[in-house]
Amino acid sequence: MKAGKKNIRIGSGAGFSGDLVEPAIELAKKGSIDYLVFECLAERTIALAQLQKIKNPNKGYDPFLEQRLKAVLPICIKNKIKIISNMGAANPIAAADKIIEIAKELGVKKLKVIAVRGDDVMELVQNKDFVLLESKTPISKLQKQVVSANAYLGINPIIEALELDADIVITGRVADPAIYMAPLFYEFNWNKDDPNILGKATAMGHLLECAGQVCGGYFYDSNKKRIPEPELLGFPIAEVSQDGEFKITKVPKTGGFISKATCKEQLLYEVHDPKRYLTPDVVADFSNISFHEISEDCIKICGATGTLKTGKLKVSLGYKDGFIGEGQISYGGFQAYERATLALSVIKRKLVRLEYNESDTNYELIGFNALSKDHPIGKPEEVRLRVAVRTNTLEEAQSIGQHLEALYTNGPAGGGGAFKSVKEIIAVQSFLIDENEVDIDLTTKSLN
Amino acid sequence: MILGDLAHSRAGDKGNVSNLSLIVYEESDYEFIKEQITAQKVKTFFKERIKGTVRRFDLPKIAAFNFVLEDSLYGGVTRSLALDPHGKCLSSYFLLMEVDEDAYLIYKKSLQ
Repeated sequence: MKAGKKNIRIGSGAGFSGDLVEPAIELAKKGSIDYLVFECLAERTIALAQLQKIKNPNKGYDPFLEQRLKAVLPICIKNKIKIISNMGAANPIAAADKIIEIAKELGVKKLKVIAVRGDDVMELVQNKDFVLLESKTPISKLQKQVVSANAYLGINPIIEALELDADIVITGRVADPAIYMAPLFYEFNWNKDDPNILGKATAMGHLLECAGQVCGGYFYDSNKKRIPEPELLGFPIAEVSQDGEFKITKVPKTGGFISKATCKEQLLYEVHDPKRYLTPDVVADFSNISFHEISEDCIKICGATGTLKTGKLKVSLGYKDGFIGEGQISYGGFQAYERATLALSVIKRKLVRLEYNESDTNYELIGFNALSKDHPIGKPEEVRLRVAVRTNTLEEAQSIGQHLEALYTNGPAGGGGAFKSVKEIIAVQSFLIDENEVDIDLTTKSLN
Repeated sequence: MILGDLAHSRAGDKGNVSNLSLIVYEESDYEFIKEQITAQKVKTFFKERIKGTVRRFDLPKIAAFNFVLEDSLYGGVTRSLALDPHGKCLSSYFLLMEVDEDAYLIYKKSLQ
Protein backbone atom coordinates (compact mmCIF):
# COMPACT_ATOMS: atom_id res chain seq x y z
CA MET A 1 0.00 0.00 0.00
CA LYS A 2 2.87 2.36 0.77
CA ALA A 3 4.90 1.86 -2.37
CA GLY A 4 4.13 3.90 -5.42
CA LYS A 5 0.99 5.65 -4.20
CA LYS A 6 0.55 9.05 -5.80
CA ASN A 7 -2.44 10.25 -3.81
CA ILE A 8 -3.60 9.59 -0.28
CA ARG A 9 -7.19 10.22 0.76
CA ILE A 10 -7.94 10.93 4.41
CA GLY A 11 -11.51 10.97 5.67
CA SER A 12 -12.62 12.87 8.74
CA GLY A 13 -15.08 10.67 10.61
CA ALA A 14 -15.87 12.85 13.63
CA GLY A 15 -15.42 16.44 14.78
CA PHE A 16 -16.27 15.79 18.41
CA SER A 17 -17.05 12.88 20.69
CA GLY A 18 -20.81 13.00 20.24
CA ASP A 19 -20.71 13.48 16.46
CA LEU A 20 -22.92 11.58 13.98
CA VAL A 21 -21.78 8.08 12.99
CA GLU A 22 -23.63 7.72 9.66
CA PRO A 23 -21.35 10.12 7.70
CA ALA A 24 -18.30 8.11 8.83
CA ILE A 25 -19.93 4.93 7.50
CA GLU A 26 -20.51 6.73 4.16
CA LEU A 27 -16.84 7.74 4.07
CA ALA A 28 -15.67 4.18 4.70
CA LYS A 29 -18.07 2.72 2.14
CA LYS A 30 -17.93 5.24 -0.69
CA GLY A 31 -15.10 7.67 0.03
CA SER A 32 -12.25 5.64 -1.56
CA ILE A 33 -10.23 6.67 1.49
CA ASP A 34 -6.96 5.23 2.80
CA TYR A 35 -7.40 6.53 6.36
CA LEU A 36 -10.42 7.24 8.52
CA VAL A 37 -9.62 9.68 11.31
CA PHE A 38 -11.81 10.50 14.32
CA GLU A 39 -11.12 13.64 16.38
CA CYS A 40 -13.04 13.28 19.64
CA LEU A 41 -11.26 15.20 22.42
CA ALA A 42 -12.38 18.66 23.54
CA GLU A 43 -10.35 20.83 25.91
CA ARG A 44 -11.70 19.32 29.10
CA THR A 45 -12.86 15.86 27.92
CA ILE A 46 -9.67 14.19 29.03
CA ALA A 47 -10.01 15.49 32.59
CA LEU A 48 -13.51 14.00 32.78
CA ALA A 49 -12.20 10.74 31.30
CA GLN A 50 -9.45 10.68 33.94
CA LEU A 51 -12.10 10.83 36.69
CA GLN A 52 -13.82 7.83 35.06
CA LYS A 53 -10.53 5.94 34.94
CA ILE A 54 -10.00 6.56 38.67
CA LYS A 55 -13.41 4.96 39.33
CA ASN A 56 -12.80 2.08 36.91
CA PRO A 57 -9.27 1.34 35.57
CA ASN A 58 -10.78 -0.29 32.46
CA LYS A 59 -12.59 2.91 31.46
CA GLY A 60 -11.50 6.44 30.69
CA TYR A 61 -11.66 6.18 26.91
CA ASP A 62 -14.27 7.79 24.65
CA PRO A 63 -17.83 6.72 25.58
CA PHE A 64 -18.76 6.33 21.87
CA LEU A 65 -15.71 4.19 20.97
CA GLU A 66 -17.69 0.96 20.88
CA GLN A 67 -20.56 2.39 18.81
CA ARG A 68 -18.16 3.96 16.26
CA LEU A 69 -15.87 0.97 15.87
CA LYS A 70 -18.72 -1.53 15.57
CA ALA A 71 -20.17 0.59 12.78
CA VAL A 72 -16.99 1.17 10.73
CA LEU A 73 -14.51 -1.62 11.52
CA PRO A 74 -15.91 -4.33 9.20
CA ILE A 75 -16.08 -1.85 6.30
CA CYS A 76 -12.60 -0.48 7.01
CA ILE A 77 -11.12 -3.98 7.05
CA LYS A 78 -12.87 -4.86 3.79
CA ASN A 79 -11.72 -1.66 2.09
CA LYS A 80 -8.20 -1.68 3.63
CA ILE A 81 -8.70 1.60 5.49
CA LYS A 82 -6.56 2.38 8.51
CA ILE A 83 -8.12 4.12 11.50
CA ILE A 84 -6.50 6.84 13.62
CA SER A 85 -8.21 8.45 16.59
CA ASN A 86 -7.67 10.20 19.89
CA MET A 87 -10.61 8.23 21.35
CA GLY A 88 -8.11 6.70 23.80
CA ALA A 89 -8.63 9.84 25.90
CA ALA A 90 -7.27 9.11 29.40
CA ASN A 91 -6.77 5.39 28.74
CA PRO A 92 -5.51 4.44 25.25
CA ILE A 93 -4.49 0.94 26.43
CA ALA A 94 -7.99 0.13 27.67
CA ALA A 95 -9.34 1.53 24.39
CA ALA A 96 -7.01 -0.77 22.41
CA ASP A 97 -8.15 -3.76 24.49
CA LYS A 98 -11.76 -2.81 23.86
CA ILE A 99 -11.14 -2.56 20.10
CA ILE A 100 -9.61 -6.06 20.07
CA GLU A 101 -12.66 -7.32 22.00
CA ILE A 102 -15.01 -5.69 19.48
CA ALA A 103 -13.00 -7.11 16.56
CA LYS A 104 -13.27 -10.62 18.04
CA GLU A 105 -17.03 -10.23 18.41
CA LEU A 106 -17.24 -9.14 14.78
CA GLY A 107 -15.31 -12.22 13.69
CA VAL A 108 -12.22 -10.29 12.57
CA LYS A 109 -9.25 -12.64 12.18
CA LYS A 110 -6.27 -10.31 12.04
CA LEU A 111 -5.84 -6.83 13.48
CA LYS A 112 -3.05 -4.76 14.94
CA VAL A 113 -3.98 -1.91 17.27
CA ILE A 114 -1.27 0.36 18.63
CA ALA A 115 -1.93 2.59 21.64
CA VAL A 116 0.15 5.77 21.96
CA ARG A 117 0.95 6.86 25.51
CA GLY A 118 3.11 9.59 26.94
CA ASP A 119 0.72 12.55 26.89
CA ASP A 120 -0.16 11.92 30.55
CA VAL A 121 2.40 13.99 32.50
CA MET A 122 0.82 13.83 35.99
CA GLU A 123 4.06 12.41 37.39
CA LEU A 124 6.00 15.39 36.08
CA VAL A 125 3.52 17.77 37.71
CA GLN A 126 3.86 15.94 41.02
CA ASN A 127 7.64 16.37 41.00
CA LYS A 128 8.06 19.82 39.52
CA ASP A 129 6.19 23.13 39.71
CA PHE A 130 5.04 24.96 36.57
CA VAL A 131 3.58 28.43 36.01
CA LEU A 132 0.09 28.47 34.53
CA LEU A 133 -0.29 30.55 31.38
CA GLU A 134 -3.77 31.91 32.17
CA SER A 135 -3.54 32.89 35.87
CA LYS A 136 0.27 33.33 35.75
CA THR A 137 0.55 31.52 39.11
CA PRO A 138 2.49 28.34 39.94
CA ILE A 139 0.42 25.14 40.13
CA SER A 140 1.47 24.79 43.78
CA LYS A 141 -0.38 28.02 44.61
CA LEU A 142 -3.60 26.78 43.00
CA GLN A 143 -4.71 24.90 46.15
CA LYS A 144 -7.04 22.72 44.08
CA GLN A 145 -7.22 19.00 43.48
CA VAL A 146 -5.46 18.36 40.17
CA VAL A 147 -7.07 15.48 38.26
CA SER A 148 -5.21 15.44 34.96
CA ALA A 149 -2.23 16.85 33.09
CA ASN A 150 -1.93 15.97 29.42
CA ALA A 151 0.58 17.25 26.92
CA TYR A 152 -0.41 17.81 23.30
CA LEU A 153 1.76 15.35 21.38
CA GLY A 154 2.65 15.77 17.71
CA ILE A 155 2.85 13.52 14.65
CA ASN A 156 5.94 11.47 15.56
CA PRO A 157 4.47 8.72 17.75
CA ILE A 158 1.60 8.21 15.28
CA ILE A 159 4.07 7.87 12.40
CA GLU A 160 6.05 5.36 14.45
CA ALA A 161 2.89 3.34 15.08
CA LEU A 162 2.14 3.31 11.34
CA GLU A 163 5.71 2.18 10.64
CA LEU A 164 5.00 -0.77 12.96
CA ASP A 165 2.14 -1.70 10.59
CA ALA A 166 -0.73 -0.64 12.84
CA ASP A 167 -4.20 -1.05 11.37
CA ILE A 168 -5.55 1.20 14.08
CA VAL A 169 -3.66 3.89 16.03
CA ILE A 170 -5.35 5.01 19.22
CA THR A 171 -4.02 7.99 21.16
CA GLY A 172 -4.78 10.19 24.13
CA ARG A 173 -4.10 13.91 23.87
CA VAL A 174 -2.44 14.92 20.61
CA ALA A 175 -2.70 18.18 18.68
CA ASP A 176 -5.94 17.88 16.70
CA PRO A 177 -4.36 18.32 13.24
CA ALA A 178 -1.63 15.73 14.03
CA ILE A 179 -3.92 12.71 13.67
CA TYR A 180 -4.75 13.87 10.11
CA MET A 181 -1.18 14.86 9.21
CA ALA A 182 0.74 11.79 10.39
CA PRO A 183 -0.35 9.41 7.58
CA LEU A 184 1.02 11.80 4.94
CA PHE A 185 4.49 11.86 6.46
CA TYR A 186 4.39 8.08 6.78
CA GLU A 187 3.12 7.39 3.26
CA PHE A 188 5.18 9.98 1.39
CA ASN A 189 8.31 9.89 3.54
CA TRP A 190 8.12 13.66 3.81
CA ASN A 191 10.79 15.46 5.80
CA LYS A 192 9.43 15.96 9.33
CA ASP A 193 11.77 18.91 9.84
CA ASP A 194 10.52 20.89 6.84
CA PRO A 195 8.36 23.68 8.31
CA ASN A 196 6.73 24.47 4.98
CA ILE A 197 5.33 21.02 4.32
CA LEU A 198 4.38 20.77 8.01
CA GLY A 199 2.54 24.10 7.68
CA LYS A 200 0.63 22.88 4.62
CA ALA A 201 -0.30 19.63 6.33
CA THR A 202 -1.39 21.53 9.45
CA ALA A 203 -3.76 23.67 7.40
CA MET A 204 -5.25 20.51 5.90
CA GLY A 205 -5.60 18.90 9.34
CA HIS A 206 -7.18 22.03 10.75
CA LEU A 207 -9.73 22.13 7.91
CA LEU A 208 -10.67 18.48 8.54
CA GLU A 209 -10.67 18.35 12.33
CA CYS A 210 -14.25 19.56 12.83
CA ALA A 211 -15.59 17.14 10.19
CA GLY A 212 -18.97 18.52 8.99
CA GLN A 213 -17.99 22.13 9.68
CA VAL A 214 -16.07 22.39 6.38
CA CYS A 215 -18.94 20.77 4.45
CA GLY A 216 -21.48 23.44 5.28
CA GLY A 217 -22.27 22.27 8.80
CA TYR A 218 -22.42 25.09 11.37
CA PHE A 219 -22.31 27.36 8.31
CA TYR A 220 -25.73 27.35 6.70
CA ASP A 221 -28.64 29.69 7.22
CA SER A 222 -31.86 30.28 5.32
CA ASN A 223 -30.57 33.44 3.63
CA LYS A 224 -27.33 33.80 1.66
CA LYS A 225 -25.71 30.63 2.97
CA ARG A 226 -28.13 27.88 2.01
CA ILE A 227 -26.76 24.39 1.44
CA PRO A 228 -28.37 21.33 -0.20
CA GLU A 229 -29.75 18.54 2.00
CA PRO A 230 -28.23 19.45 5.37
CA GLU A 231 -30.00 16.43 6.87
CA LEU A 232 -27.64 14.23 4.80
CA LEU A 233 -24.50 16.28 5.46
CA GLY A 234 -21.35 14.52 4.27
CA PHE A 235 -17.98 14.60 6.05
CA PRO A 236 -14.78 15.82 4.35
CA ILE A 237 -11.94 14.04 2.62
CA ALA A 238 -8.46 15.47 2.02
CA GLU A 239 -6.81 14.28 -1.17
CA VAL A 240 -3.09 14.86 -1.00
CA SER A 241 -0.42 14.12 -3.58
CA GLN A 242 3.19 13.10 -3.04
CA ASP A 243 4.36 16.47 -4.36
CA GLY A 244 2.30 18.38 -1.82
CA GLU A 245 -0.97 19.35 -3.51
CA PHE A 246 -3.84 19.53 -1.02
CA LYS A 247 -7.51 19.31 -1.96
CA ILE A 248 -10.62 19.09 0.20
CA THR A 249 -13.63 17.20 -1.12
CA LYS A 250 -16.40 14.86 0.05
CA VAL A 251 -18.38 11.79 -0.97
CA PRO A 252 -20.55 12.52 -4.04
CA LYS A 253 -24.32 12.72 -3.43
CA THR A 254 -23.99 13.47 0.27
CA GLY A 255 -25.59 16.67 1.61
CA GLY A 256 -23.95 20.04 2.20
CA PHE A 257 -21.21 21.52 0.05
CA ILE A 258 -17.55 22.47 0.13
CA SER A 259 -16.86 25.96 -1.14
CA LYS A 260 -14.27 28.67 -0.70
CA ALA A 261 -16.59 30.22 1.91
CA THR A 262 -16.94 27.03 4.00
CA CYS A 263 -13.14 26.58 3.88
CA LYS A 264 -12.52 30.17 4.97
CA GLU A 265 -14.86 29.87 7.98
CA GLN A 266 -13.23 26.65 9.11
CA LEU A 267 -9.68 27.93 8.48
CA LEU A 268 -10.12 30.71 11.04
CA TYR A 269 -12.09 28.62 13.53
CA GLU A 270 -10.37 28.75 16.95
CA VAL A 271 -7.34 30.48 15.44
CA HIS A 272 -5.73 33.57 16.97
CA ASP A 273 -2.77 35.04 15.07
CA PRO A 274 -3.04 33.34 11.65
CA LYS A 275 0.71 33.83 11.12
CA ARG A 276 1.48 31.87 14.25
CA TYR A 277 -0.71 28.81 14.71
CA LEU A 278 1.27 26.93 17.35
CA THR A 279 1.44 23.14 17.22
CA PRO A 280 3.92 20.61 18.63
CA ASP A 281 5.33 20.07 15.11
CA VAL A 282 5.48 23.54 13.56
CA VAL A 283 4.44 27.17 13.88
CA ALA A 284 2.02 27.19 10.95
CA ASP A 285 1.38 30.35 8.95
CA PHE A 286 -2.11 30.58 7.42
CA SER A 287 -1.86 34.26 6.49
CA ASN A 288 -1.09 33.65 2.79
CA ILE A 289 -3.50 30.80 2.20
CA SER A 290 -5.80 30.98 -0.79
CA PHE A 291 -8.56 28.62 -1.88
CA HIS A 292 -9.31 27.64 -5.47
CA GLU A 293 -12.38 25.86 -6.75
CA ILE A 294 -11.31 22.87 -8.86
CA SER A 295 -14.77 21.42 -9.41
CA GLU A 296 -18.04 21.03 -7.52
CA ASP A 297 -17.26 20.25 -3.86
CA CYS A 298 -13.53 20.25 -4.49
CA ILE A 299 -11.29 23.06 -3.21
CA LYS A 300 -7.53 23.30 -3.57
CA ILE A 301 -5.57 24.87 -0.67
CA CYS A 302 -2.50 26.92 -1.60
CA GLY A 303 -0.04 29.12 0.24
CA ALA A 304 0.20 27.66 3.74
CA THR A 305 3.72 27.82 5.15
CA GLY A 306 5.41 27.47 8.51
CA THR A 307 8.41 28.20 10.66
CA LEU A 308 10.36 25.98 13.03
CA LYS A 309 8.50 24.51 16.03
CA THR A 310 9.05 26.09 19.44
CA GLY A 311 10.27 22.88 21.09
CA LYS A 312 7.64 23.35 23.79
CA LEU A 313 4.48 21.34 24.32
CA LYS A 314 1.27 22.74 25.74
CA VAL A 315 -0.12 20.82 28.70
CA SER A 316 -3.75 21.04 29.79
CA LEU A 317 -4.14 20.82 33.54
CA GLY A 318 -7.54 19.72 34.80
CA TYR A 319 -8.53 20.43 38.41
CA LYS A 320 -11.60 20.36 40.62
CA ASP A 321 -12.91 23.86 41.15
CA GLY A 322 -16.18 23.60 43.09
CA PHE A 323 -19.68 23.27 41.68
CA ILE A 324 -22.26 25.11 39.59
CA GLY A 325 -25.87 25.08 40.71
CA GLU A 326 -28.50 26.24 38.24
CA GLY A 327 -32.23 26.83 38.09
CA GLN A 328 -34.64 28.08 35.43
CA ILE A 329 -38.32 29.05 35.25
CA SER A 330 -40.44 30.56 32.45
CA TYR A 331 -42.96 33.40 32.28
CA GLY A 332 -45.27 34.06 29.32
CA GLY A 333 -48.14 36.21 28.14
CA PHE A 334 -49.44 39.10 30.23
CA GLN A 335 -46.54 41.15 31.68
CA ALA A 336 -44.20 38.20 31.19
CA TYR A 337 -41.04 40.30 31.15
CA GLU A 338 -42.07 42.25 34.27
CA ARG A 339 -42.84 39.09 36.24
CA ALA A 340 -39.57 37.44 35.16
CA THR A 341 -37.64 40.54 36.24
CA LEU A 342 -39.52 40.49 39.54
CA ALA A 343 -38.62 36.82 40.07
CA LEU A 344 -35.00 37.67 39.25
CA SER A 345 -34.88 40.42 41.87
CA VAL A 346 -36.44 38.13 44.50
CA ILE A 347 -33.80 35.45 43.91
CA LYS A 348 -31.06 38.06 43.83
CA ARG A 349 -32.07 39.45 47.23
CA LYS A 350 -32.19 35.91 48.66
CA LEU A 351 -28.69 35.11 47.39
CA VAL A 352 -27.31 38.42 48.70
CA ARG A 353 -28.75 37.57 52.13
CA LEU A 354 -27.07 34.16 51.91
CA GLU A 355 -23.78 36.01 51.16
CA TYR A 356 -22.99 34.57 47.76
CA ASN A 357 -20.27 36.53 45.96
CA GLU A 358 -21.67 38.61 43.14
CA SER A 359 -18.82 37.48 40.90
CA ASP A 360 -19.94 33.87 41.41
CA THR A 361 -23.55 34.48 40.38
CA ASN A 362 -25.13 35.05 36.98
CA TYR A 363 -28.70 36.14 36.25
CA GLU A 364 -30.03 35.86 32.70
CA LEU A 365 -33.37 36.23 30.99
CA ILE A 366 -33.45 33.70 28.18
CA GLY A 367 -35.23 35.31 25.24
CA PHE A 368 -34.03 38.75 26.32
CA ASN A 369 -30.32 38.97 27.20
CA ALA A 370 -28.94 35.48 27.94
CA LEU A 371 -26.74 35.14 24.86
CA SER A 372 -25.36 38.66 24.86
CA LYS A 373 -25.88 41.09 27.72
CA ASP A 374 -24.59 43.78 25.37
CA HIS A 375 -27.60 43.28 23.10
CA PRO A 376 -30.89 42.93 25.01
CA ILE A 377 -33.91 42.81 22.71
CA GLY A 378 -37.37 44.38 23.23
CA LYS A 379 -39.60 43.04 26.01
CA PRO A 380 -40.49 39.48 24.97
CA GLU A 381 -43.87 37.85 25.62
CA GLU A 382 -42.13 34.63 26.57
CA VAL A 383 -39.05 34.73 28.78
CA ARG A 384 -37.14 32.33 30.98
CA LEU A 385 -35.23 33.27 34.10
CA ARG A 386 -31.93 31.43 34.49
CA VAL A 387 -29.74 31.70 37.58
CA ALA A 388 -26.35 29.98 37.82
CA VAL A 389 -24.04 30.12 40.83
CA ARG A 390 -20.53 28.82 41.53
CA THR A 391 -20.31 27.24 44.97
CA ASN A 392 -17.75 25.44 47.12
CA THR A 393 -20.01 22.54 48.06
CA LEU A 394 -22.48 20.26 46.31
CA GLU A 395 -25.17 21.10 48.89
CA GLU A 396 -24.94 24.83 48.19
CA ALA A 397 -25.13 24.15 44.45
CA GLN A 398 -28.26 22.02 44.94
CA SER A 399 -29.95 24.77 46.93
CA ILE A 400 -29.79 27.18 43.92
CA GLY A 401 -32.10 25.00 41.84
CA GLN A 402 -34.38 24.56 44.85
CA HIS A 403 -34.75 28.34 45.22
CA LEU A 404 -35.77 28.61 41.55
CA GLU A 405 -38.15 25.66 41.76
CA ALA A 406 -39.75 27.15 44.87
CA LEU A 407 -40.85 30.11 42.72
CA TYR A 408 -43.74 27.79 41.75
CA THR A 409 -45.50 28.39 45.05
CA ASN A 410 -43.58 31.35 46.48
CA GLY A 411 -42.74 33.52 43.47
CA PRO A 412 -44.58 35.88 41.14
CA ALA A 413 -47.81 34.67 39.50
CA GLY A 414 -47.78 32.09 36.74
CA GLY A 415 -44.22 30.75 36.48
CA GLY A 416 -43.90 27.42 34.66
CA GLY A 417 -41.49 24.75 33.48
CA ALA A 418 -39.00 24.97 36.33
CA PHE A 419 -35.74 23.08 35.92
CA LYS A 420 -32.70 22.58 38.12
CA SER A 421 -29.25 21.08 37.70
CA VAL A 422 -25.92 20.69 39.45
CA LYS A 423 -22.49 19.96 38.03
CA GLU A 424 -18.97 19.69 39.33
CA ILE A 425 -16.52 22.15 37.77
CA ILE A 426 -13.46 20.58 36.22
CA ALA A 427 -11.51 23.69 35.29
CA VAL A 428 -8.67 23.69 32.78
CA GLN A 429 -5.55 25.83 32.59
CA SER A 430 -2.38 25.26 30.63
CA PHE A 431 1.38 25.45 30.92
CA LEU A 432 4.37 24.63 28.72
CA ILE A 433 6.94 21.87 29.04
CA ASP A 434 10.01 20.99 27.04
CA GLU A 435 9.22 18.47 24.31
CA ASN A 436 11.81 16.02 25.64
CA GLU A 437 10.09 15.92 29.03
CA VAL A 438 7.54 13.40 27.73
CA ASP A 439 8.18 9.67 27.53
CA ILE A 440 6.43 8.20 24.51
CA ASP A 441 5.37 4.60 24.72
CA LEU A 442 3.73 2.45 22.04
CA THR A 443 1.78 -0.62 23.11
CA THR A 444 0.64 -3.20 20.56
CA LYS A 445 -2.50 -5.28 20.94
CA SER A 446 -3.00 -7.86 18.20
CA LEU A 447 -5.43 -10.44 16.94
CA ASN A 448 -4.06 -13.68 15.38
CA MET B 1 -27.43 48.37 6.76
CA ILE B 2 -25.79 45.77 8.96
CA LEU B 3 -22.56 43.82 8.80
CA GLY B 4 -24.47 40.62 7.98
CA ASP B 5 -25.39 42.14 4.60
CA LEU B 6 -21.72 42.19 3.60
CA ALA B 7 -19.99 39.39 5.48
CA HIS B 8 -20.34 36.15 7.43
CA SER B 9 -18.69 35.04 10.65
CA ARG B 10 -17.97 32.06 12.92
CA ALA B 11 -17.01 32.22 16.59
CA GLY B 12 -14.34 30.01 18.14
CA ASP B 13 -13.20 29.63 21.74
CA LYS B 14 -9.93 28.74 23.42
CA GLY B 15 -9.87 29.12 27.18
CA ASN B 16 -11.14 32.60 28.02
CA VAL B 17 -10.46 33.97 24.52
CA SER B 18 -13.06 34.19 21.78
CA ASN B 19 -12.23 34.70 18.12
CA LEU B 20 -14.66 35.99 15.53
CA SER B 21 -13.84 35.55 11.87
CA LEU B 22 -15.33 38.04 9.44
CA ILE B 23 -15.46 36.87 5.85
CA VAL B 24 -16.51 39.32 3.17
CA TYR B 25 -19.04 37.99 0.61
CA GLU B 26 -17.84 40.25 -2.25
CA GLU B 27 -14.06 40.48 -2.28
CA SER B 28 -14.31 44.06 -3.56
CA ASP B 29 -15.89 45.07 -0.21
CA TYR B 30 -12.75 44.03 1.67
CA GLU B 31 -11.14 47.49 1.84
CA PHE B 32 -14.42 49.06 2.97
CA ILE B 33 -14.79 46.60 5.86
CA LYS B 34 -11.12 47.05 6.71
CA GLU B 35 -11.65 50.78 7.12
CA GLN B 36 -14.98 50.53 8.96
CA ILE B 37 -14.76 47.55 11.33
CA THR B 38 -11.88 48.35 13.64
CA ALA B 39 -10.80 46.39 16.70
CA GLN B 40 -11.94 49.32 18.85
CA LYS B 41 -15.43 49.19 17.32
CA VAL B 42 -15.72 45.50 18.18
CA LYS B 43 -14.57 46.13 21.74
CA THR B 44 -17.23 48.83 22.15
CA PHE B 45 -19.91 46.62 20.57
CA PHE B 46 -19.34 43.93 23.22
CA LYS B 47 -18.34 46.30 26.03
CA GLU B 48 -19.99 44.38 28.91
CA ARG B 49 -18.42 41.11 27.78
CA ILE B 50 -14.87 41.96 26.71
CA LYS B 51 -12.60 42.66 29.69
CA GLY B 52 -9.35 42.44 27.70
CA THR B 53 -8.01 43.77 24.43
CA VAL B 54 -9.28 43.15 20.90
CA ARG B 55 -6.82 42.49 18.07
CA ARG B 56 -7.67 42.34 14.37
CA PHE B 57 -5.68 40.17 11.96
CA ASP B 58 -6.11 40.85 8.25
CA LEU B 59 -6.18 38.13 5.60
CA PRO B 60 -6.46 39.97 2.27
CA LYS B 61 -5.86 36.81 0.19
CA ILE B 62 -9.15 35.35 1.37
CA ALA B 63 -10.91 38.68 1.96
CA ALA B 64 -11.29 37.95 5.65
CA PHE B 65 -10.43 39.27 9.10
CA ASN B 66 -9.92 37.56 12.42
CA PHE B 67 -10.84 39.39 15.63
CA VAL B 68 -9.33 38.01 18.82
CA LEU B 69 -11.20 39.00 21.98
CA GLU B 70 -9.09 38.52 25.12
CA ASP B 71 -10.86 37.82 28.43
CA SER B 72 -14.29 37.70 26.84
CA LEU B 73 -15.84 34.39 27.92
CA TYR B 74 -16.53 35.00 31.63
CA GLY B 75 -13.58 32.79 32.59
CA GLY B 76 -13.93 30.28 29.74
CA VAL B 77 -16.06 27.22 29.06
CA THR B 78 -15.14 25.29 32.17
CA ARG B 79 -15.96 27.98 34.76
CA SER B 80 -18.43 30.22 32.93
CA LEU B 81 -21.94 30.62 34.35
CA ALA B 82 -23.39 31.71 31.01
CA LEU B 83 -26.05 29.84 29.03
CA ASP B 84 -23.66 29.79 26.04
CA PRO B 85 -20.30 29.29 27.74
CA HIS B 86 -18.39 28.94 24.43
CA GLY B 87 -19.75 32.25 23.13
CA LYS B 88 -20.87 30.35 20.01
CA CYS B 89 -23.66 32.85 19.40
CA LEU B 90 -21.40 35.92 19.39
CA SER B 91 -20.71 35.72 15.66
CA SER B 92 -24.39 36.31 14.90
CA TYR B 93 -24.56 39.33 17.21
CA PHE B 94 -21.43 40.67 15.50
CA LEU B 95 -23.32 40.55 12.18
CA LEU B 96 -25.97 42.87 13.66
CA MET B 97 -23.39 45.68 13.89
CA GLU B 98 -24.60 48.78 12.04
CA VAL B 99 -22.67 49.75 8.92
CA ASP B 100 -22.71 53.31 7.54
CA GLU B 101 -24.77 52.88 4.35
CA ASP B 102 -23.86 56.29 2.92
CA ALA B 103 -20.17 55.56 3.34
CA TYR B 104 -20.73 52.20 1.64
CA LEU B 105 -22.44 53.78 -1.37
CA ILE B 106 -19.61 56.32 -1.71
CA TYR B 107 -17.09 53.45 -1.51
CA LYS B 108 -18.94 51.48 -4.19
CA LYS B 109 -18.98 54.55 -6.46
CA SER B 110 -15.24 55.06 -5.95
CA LEU B 111 -14.65 51.55 -7.32
CA GLN B 112 -16.37 52.28 -10.63
